Amino acid sequence: MLSDFSAIDWFPLWLSLRVACLATAISLAVGLTLAYVLANRRFRGRNLVEAAVTLPIVLPPTVLGFYLLIVLGRNSPLGGAYETLFGVPLVFTWQAAVVAACLHSIPLLIRAARAAFESVDHTFENAARSLGATEWRVFWKVSLPLARRSIVAAGVFAFARALGDFGVTMMIAGNIPGSTQTMAVAIYDAVQSGQTRVANVLVIVMSALALTILWVMNQAGERQAR
Amino acid sequence: MPRLLVEIRKSYPAALDSAAFDLDVRFEAGDDVTVLFGPSGAGKTLTLESIAGFIRPDQGRIELGDDVLFHSGAGVCRAARRRGCGYVFQKDALFPHMSLRQNLEFAAMTLPAHERGRRVQEVLEQFRLQGLAARRPHEVSGGERQRGAIARALIGRPRLLLLDEPARGLDVGLRRELYATLRQVRADYRLGMVLVTHDREEAFELGDRMLVCRQGRIVQSGPPREIYRHPSSPEVARLLGRINVFEGKVIDSDESRDQTRLSTGELDIATAHLPNAPNGARIAFAVDAERVLARPCDPSTRNGSDGALRLIRAVSLHDHVRLDFPGSLSVMVPEDLFEQSAGANEWSVEFPAESIWVFPGAPDTTVAAGDETRG
Repeated sequence: MLSDFSAIDWFPLWLSLRVACLATAISLAVGLTLAYVLANRRFRGRNLVEAAVTLPIVLPPTVLGFYLLIVLGRNSPLGGAYETLFGVPLVFTWQAAVVAACLHSIPLLIRAARAAFESVDHTFENAARSLGATEWRVFWKVSLPLARRSIVAAGVFAFARALGDFGVTMMIAGNIPGSTQTMAVAIYDAVQSGQTRVANVLVIVMSALALTILWVMNQAGERQAR
Repeated sequence: MPRLLVEIRKSYPAALDSAAFDLDVRFEAGDDVTVLFGPSGAGKTLTLESIAGFIRPDQGRIELGDDVLFHSGAGVCRAARRRGCGYVFQKDALFPHMSLRQNLEFAAMTLPAHERGRRVQEVLEQFRLQGLAARRPHEVSGGERQRGAIARALIGRPRLLLLDEPARGLDVGLRRELYATLRQVRADYRLGMVLVTHDREEAFELGDRMLVCRQGRIVQSGPPREIYRHPSSPEVARLLGRINVFEGKVIDSDESRDQTRLSTGELDIATAHLPNAPNGARIAFAVDAERVLARPCDPSTRNGSDGALRLIRAVSLHDHVRLDFPGSLSVMVPEDLFEQSAGANEWSVEFPAESIWVFPGAPDTTVAAGDETRG
């Protein structure tokens, strides 16, 4: 078993962690903003926005991946713009894996954060407004701190989800060892090519990682509840 | 001091958990304490939240001095943060994740930077919170929290202080302390206050002027004492906790003999001539339980038992005894008089003219203290 550990290429693990960290950061920025708006504002088209952000949770990954290929592909305006800006195409790079991970993390985060913002007693927010606070200050100093526990949990979930994305990643980042091969993809690859021992180790590592994340989250939750 | 003008309407359609509700209030308030008084669901808090800018009325205008805070016609709706209204909430609403000092500092952000520290220190002393500044709201007592909430609302020197049932949930001692604090605030800051309450004592204790709200309307306004003595309708009388509110008929009205006789069906009342109770009219009237004269009849001689009323029960209140008679009549007598009565069953009851208040207008039979779900 030990020899297996040393023989295995650990690039997929580091890539997965890097992709998950970036995807979580992006999800927090996008997700918290949208969640706050959905929780606090009534506007036309709100239902449509809600449906749109929930869609990735229910659509098959292959369908999502296909859409992304169309939207972000080299011949698309968005893909073209990216390529002009950074000099390289977006699809089939590790950055595309980040996009893929975000696609599932953002909806999860929005749902959890929205519930968290809605559970904040609006009296506190109104109190802040009556004390002269701008909406920006209300968000940073009142809503966010009061919802922090659920937001942290939502962030951890988003991270865990980003860590394990498979379908969409395969579709738009592909399976290029040493470049776009994340843990989930590497496990699939190992099983397909009959490298059972490699698959075993990678599966154990992923499971241990997921368990650790959940354990740390529960510990943090208990500490706060006390 | 700026004058507050409120003229607003807002409609809520019926929902699963609440009936349709229309708010339609108009009033002015000055630099004294105006009390919005009424049962829960009368629209008091909605009115206060409209002034503060937490909710937007459908129509109307709100002005504070020369400032237009809201004007539907002109499309003006100033953000809550720029209205200059301090707000004290039912529950203190101190930010639980900040210490008292941080709560005050949060509110002091509207002041020029060089003033903030000094001002925070000043209100900490003013509201006797110096020793508690580092504590979180849950680490101090209910009274201290409420002082902290008032201090926080005042730190930015608002032009108007809005208070939403600030005494709710406080016991008698803390209430007194709160009333004293608010009187002090009034003296120190010389600013207008609008206070929402459903508590009669609180309205009398603090109010210079009272607006009685019911079902989204203001049904009477004036000094609290005056409204208590002369309610505009039986419903207002009941809201203010008046007992002895009757409907009946004038069975005799004779100016030359200075006599009026009223009957409720169960009860006959003879009093001096009442000019606003013409013979034969159906009227609604209230009998002031403290101005009626009751004397025990002497059981040995049975003197005066002619117009005597039989006592149903006597209830000891803190300094008076309430005597309940048939026909739902109650009379307050001093404790010593009741003790001297030696358990008399028959009482002779006299009704001086000033003990009877005839409501203006025909009696309204639809009176009931209905409560809605909205605050």
